[in-house]
Amino acid sequence: MKPTDISAPDYFHKVVDCQWACPAHTPVPEYIRLIAEGRYSDAYMINWKSNVFPGILGRTCDRPCEPACRRGRVEETPVAICRLKRVAADFKDDVKHRMPKVSAKNGKRVALIGGGPASLAVARDLAPLGYHCTVFDADPKAGGMMRSQIPKFRLPDSVIDEETDYILNLGIEFKGGHRIDSLKQLMAENYDAIFVGSGAPRGRELDIPGRKEAAANIHIGIEWLASVSFGHVEKIGRRVIVLGGGNTAMDCCRTARRLGGEDVKVIVRSGFEEMKASPWEKEDAIHEDIPILNFMVPVGFKHVAGKLIGVTFQKVKAEYDAKGRRNLVPAGEPDQTIPCDDVLVAVGQENAFPWIERDCGIEFDKWNMPQVDAKTFASTNPKVFFGGDAAFGPKNIIWAVAHGHDAALSIHKMLSGEDITERPLPEVHVSSQKMGIHEWSYDNDISGDKRYKVPHRDKVIALKDIRAEVELGYDVKLALGEAQRCLNCDVQTIFSAPACIECDACVDICPMDCITFTENGEEEDLRTRLKAPSPRHDQALYLADGLKTGRVMVKDEDVCLHCGLCAERCPTGAWDMQKYLIDMTHAGSTCQSKARSAA
Amino acid sequence: MTYIAKPKFHHPGLPKNDLGYTHRDYEGKISTLCAGCGHDSITASIIEACFELSIEPHRVAKISGIGCSSKTPDYFLGNSHGFNSVHGRMPSVLTGANLANRDLIYLGVSGDGDSASIGFGQFAHSIRRGVNMTYIVENNGVYGLTKGQFSATADRGSKSKKGVMNTDNAIDLVAIALQLGASFVARSFSGDKTQLVPLIAAAIRHKGASFIDVISPCIAFNNHAGSTKSFDYVREHNDAVNRLDVITGRDPITVDYAPGSVQMVEQHDGTRLALRKIDADYDANDRLAAMTFLQKHAAKGQVVTGLLYVDPDAEDMHTHLDTVETPLNKLEAKELCPGSSALDKINASLR
Repeated sequence: MKPTDISAPDYFHKVVDCQWACPAHTPVPEYIRLIAEGRYSDAYMINWKSNVFPGILGRTCDRPCEPACRRGRVEETPVAICRLKRVAADFKDDVKHRMPKVSAKNGKRVALIGGGPASLAVARDLAPLGYHCTVFDADPKAGGMMRSQIPKFRLPDSVIDEETDYILNLGIEFKGGHRIDSLKQLMAENYDAIFVGSGAPRGRELDIPGRKEAAANIHIGIEWLASVSFGHVEKIGRRVIVLGGGNTAMDCCRTARRLGGEDVKVIVRSGFEEMKASPWEKEDAIHEDIPILNFMVPVGFKHVAGKLIGVTFQKVKAEYDAKGRRNLVPAGEPDQTIPCDDVLVAVGQENAFPWIERDCGIEFDKWNMPQVDAKTFASTNPKVFFGGDAAFGPKNIIWAVAHGHDAALSIHKMLSGEDITERPLPEVHVSSQKMGIHEWSYDNDISGDKRYKVPHRDKVIALKDIRAEVELGYDVKLALGEAQRCLNCDVQTIFSAPACIECDACVDICPMDCITFTENGEEEDLRTRLKAPSPRHDQALYLADGLKTGRVMVKDEDVCLHCGLCAERCPTGAWDMQKYLIDMTHAGSTCQSKARSAA
Repeated sequence: MTYIAKPKFHHPGLPKNDLGYTHRDYEGKISTLCAGCGHDSITASIIEACFELSIEPHRVAKISGIGCSSKTPDYFLGNSHGFNSVHGRMPSVLTGANLANRDLIYLGVSGDGDSASIGFGQFAHSIRRGVNMTYIVENNGVYGLTKGQFSATADRGSKSKKGVMNTDNAIDLVAIALQLGASFVARSFSGDKTQLVPLIAAAIRHKGASFIDVISPCIAFNNHAGSTKSFDYVREHNDAVNRLDVITGRDPITVDYAPGSVQMVEQHDGTRLALRKIDADYDANDRLAAMTFLQKHAAKGQVVTGLLYVDPDAEDMHTHLDTVETPLNKLEAKELCPGSSALDKINASLR
């Protein structure tokens, strides 16, 4: 196996599993350390730069970081990264003065369609550079689906207002209540660039018998949630069935519980385990006395005289074919009709672009989706860019933000006359954390604490008030305990072979048996000869040669605690703990056309 | 030294032994020795050997004297019995403990100062008596705790860190142990765990006086050019006579050995030692030849390592003295005070 090139920016980035998994690559351990120090505003600003909506995401993010968290491989549960983000937002001081100043305009105009996370992220990146950004949204206030679809008991308006205002106050023109019905018309206004961040606004239909006849009591999930959000709907029947197993279904059922639904059920086609909803959202629904029934396929709405009386389900079971694909086949049991007063259909979302004329230079594919470049987010019309759910279908807020950063960079490069396909490398800083013989700038004493639960509002009170936030967030003490669980994976173990005398001190002290000195070989073979098993091939082996005995040092990055004991016990300083910070390239990074290498 | 405790977390895939323990369960407190000390590798080797043998920690007594080496029992087998005795007195305390209770596994841990200077006589007599123990000397050739004076095992002609030449002759503890009748004698190197771990395992399973001299470089005071106990010197001059595989229980021998290349030794408790010969002429059952071999190679500046001598049929002190098999603390009143008729018999025999 070849020696590891630790100067490649991606090598250590992958070791910081949470940051690597985050679409926006938020430097998670860095802000968690700041939270532990009580520097909430600093922690907030790191988040704000990277993911734009720390307070919103700290309540609603899909958390791709947490399944990736190394702590989850060392013990049962990962660090509660998402809820620590909320801590930064909850306990920060006034940060208005830390926001970018409204800058002098550079004369270039950018139109942004949709006032949701993707467009706002683009505007946030471009406005400080002098672009005149105009955001159009059909709703009167900014926020998009964050405001219309996420229930207030999960995400209060005040949080959305605060974080959308930070952006709109950068000198951005917001045109609320202004729906764009024709892209051609907008193009005629001669904007220098147009960004489409209009989301996936259409809820998927469930076309089964009885749908039309019982329409008065059958509601499309996201439309119904929006109506609740804007106060147009204030009650629902006593018995409610929610069809669908995603996060929208979870929001629907919990909202129904607050609007008079006493007997609310979620019924899904698949098995409980395969549901798309995040595990914690399922838990929250179950906690609110909402049963989730699985392996039931809706086959018809039952109605009497135009009034919905129930839904009929076919019972199915999962069968797996030779390729491991799952098929739902009839279980052979009789169909079951479950009585209800209202049905909420939350079986998916779709994109809809009726307002984009097909002759304005934007190519669409056979699924009627615009052709969008996955790196630059450019459409086939060089001036029009897409991002968020509008680009590749429904995902999450954090993806929309990540798309926004990349699209903003493309727009800035295009309008600076640069090649948008040339993507600058991120900036990387690596610096030793050694403060003394056994002192490090970070707390290397590993906490054995289990994951702390986020306190919830009492259920009886929570169910009475649809605007009462259910999660109360960590207090300072709980936050500190949870922050201490972070393993500081960004503080890297760096090995220098010429300094090593092969005394085995690091091998002996390593609590996780990560380090082996052995003869070199192919990676597959090496993985069988390490001090501890090495089953995870997605986790890198760090190999260094140049040792006096001709052996190599192999470190399995998989479960390293980053405790620094290898470096503490090393008599010659061959191991050092160095903090790795990676600055993702955003529009306006100082030298955005120059490719730089790490370390 | 390190101020934080070693984290309790361990690798999720660590193998477990017959008792369901991982090697982490055989650890003690975190080492307070200098970073890189060879003694820490010996500690790790003892942990590994006890793990591999599936030893119940409460069946081990670890006894030491004074010095860097004698601190190490604090760093392994945290759930075993321990006695940190007076300087050089480990062998007496161990002998006494062994006489009182022969059921425990005795691990004597000492250093070159503790065994070759102040405790030289104690060392000699415990070996001479054939106490059933594993006597490990962590040999670095210097007095590390008092900043690096030559110890009695420093080779004549080797240089101190400041460049001073040692003019005294060295004591070779292995040679002495052979001469005094130790029935298991080995030498190894802290930087070679593949050699050291099976040697410790075999020594623990040996019935009789087992002695292992482990060269263990002192990073702070004896790891420089001119030292004969440095990592570089030992690696360059290491002349291993054999490699050892310890086969416990009734496991079939799964490794294929080329004919003539292996000497099989069956120990008292059924443990089989497979000695893979590196030096084809070396016979680990020949005490006299071993002594000659050692002297010849020492004269050439070579460090002979491996299992140098083993007598699989050795007897121990209890056999010599015909002592009671039951540990003293398990003897009941009726055995300890057999009554007046027994006394009468004894008295009659003396008339």
